[in-house]
Amino acid sequence: MPRLTQDETHEVRFTLNGRAVSARVSPRLLLTDVLRHEIGATGTHVGCEHGVCGACTVQVDGEPVRACLMLAAQAEGSEIRTVEGLAKREQLAPLQEAFRENFALQCGFCTAGILMTLDALFSREPDAEEDTIREALSGHLCRCTGYVPIVQAALAVRNRIKGGPIDA
Amino acid sequence: MKPAPFDLVVATDLGEALEALHQGGTEARVIAGGQSLVPMLNMRLARPATLIDITRIPELSRIEATADTVSVGAAVRQTTLERWEDLADRLPLVRAALPWVGHTQLRNRGTVCGSVAHADPSAELPLCLIALGGSVTLRRRRKTRQVAARDFFQGMMSTDLAPGEMIASVTFPTHRKGTGYAFREVARRHGDFAIVACAAIARHDGSATLTVGGVADTPRTLDLPAEAADLDDRLNEFAWHLQARDDLHATARYRRDLVRHLGRATLKEALSCRD
Repeated sequence: MPRLTQDETHEVRFTLNGRAVSARVSPRLLLTDVLRHEIGATGTHVGCEHGVCGACTVQVDGEPVRACLMLAAQAEGSEIRTVEGLAKREQLAPLQEAFRENFALQCGFCTAGILMTLDALFSREPDAEEDTIREALSGHLCRCTGYVPIVQAALAVRNRIKGGPIDA
Repeated sequence: MKPAPFDLVVATDLGEALEALHQGGTEARVIAGGQSLVPMLNMRLARPATLIDITRIPELSRIEATADTVSVGAAVRQTTLERWEDLADRLPLVRAALPWVGHTQLRNRGTVCGSVAHADPSAELPLCLIALGGSVTLRRRRKTRQVAARDFFQGMMSTDLAPGEMIASVTFPTHRKGTGYAFREVARRHGDFAIVACAAIARHDGSATLTVGGVADTPRTLDLPAEAADLDDRLNEFAWHLQARDDLHATARYRRDLVRHLGRATLKEALSCRD
């Protein structure tokens, strides 16, 4: 039974956006901090640090979760996706493109988390209804957009996945 | 906001977890999904010396159904129960309540038993466990005991859990034919803490129970006979009995009003959906 002592750092290994990574962590280190400060993946933002705002949302084994409510050590062996995993080289993912086209971000602080929630939603449910989209978004706070452009971007990308009209 | 330092024990079987819990005494805490505990660690409202991670223990990761009960292990995540194929047939009340538990991003990590252990007065899963007359199975080194949910919850975030003891599973009695269930809640925003949450269970003979969370220190139950002519009076008396308090989210008066109106609507829905 491994006991990770508080005074030392311990190796944690997981997959980040398809790439195997490892870091030395103390038991109290949060997943947000290992991503940003140990690995340098600063796309994931840190807002409230108690699970309310949703800015730090990442995908763990395909499901959106709060990175600020997860100990880095608990990520051992898991598959983590962050906003850095969405675009392919210089090509934005359709979801990101839809956010740009629909003005679904202004300051962008909440965007990374929202993208990871919506990406996971459309993987599970490509034809999600607007209610379902709004329900998923209820786990995020955005203080710029008033949410309407975000919903529009989500509907646009959903319609694109379905091959339907792009204007929602 | 970062947690104070602690040792983390990653237990791989229940025996290891119980041994670590025994050694850690009052300074040790169990962590599963961490969706209630990590905020408390981050805000340093909790400063345990040792955390014991139980999420990698296979025997705690099971949903076990018998003819008339469903037991949910301490490492089972809320989303896992939400997606369990028999949920609608076996536990219609839990199925109705689960979408109200936090947000989907929290249910993806949060466990059913973790919510029970945290014992927030406005939490939906303790409410369901009490409403259904369920129980909590507690383990410590060389000892197991089962406690009725109504005895387990002792006050706001206060339970019958003893030092060195942990929840191994919770057990819900399952749906019986002729019974109807309904769950309703009022919160500032879907997924936020309930201002008032109501669970109603209507039996085939027309008698019913209404269990209310978010008002008193623990969820409380009102028993109602079949076709109670004085339903509004009983609901009013119950609403006062709960001794609602004013807080940032709602006044005591508003909470009493919700108990009367939401309570009546929830009871009506449960009576009408008996099968």
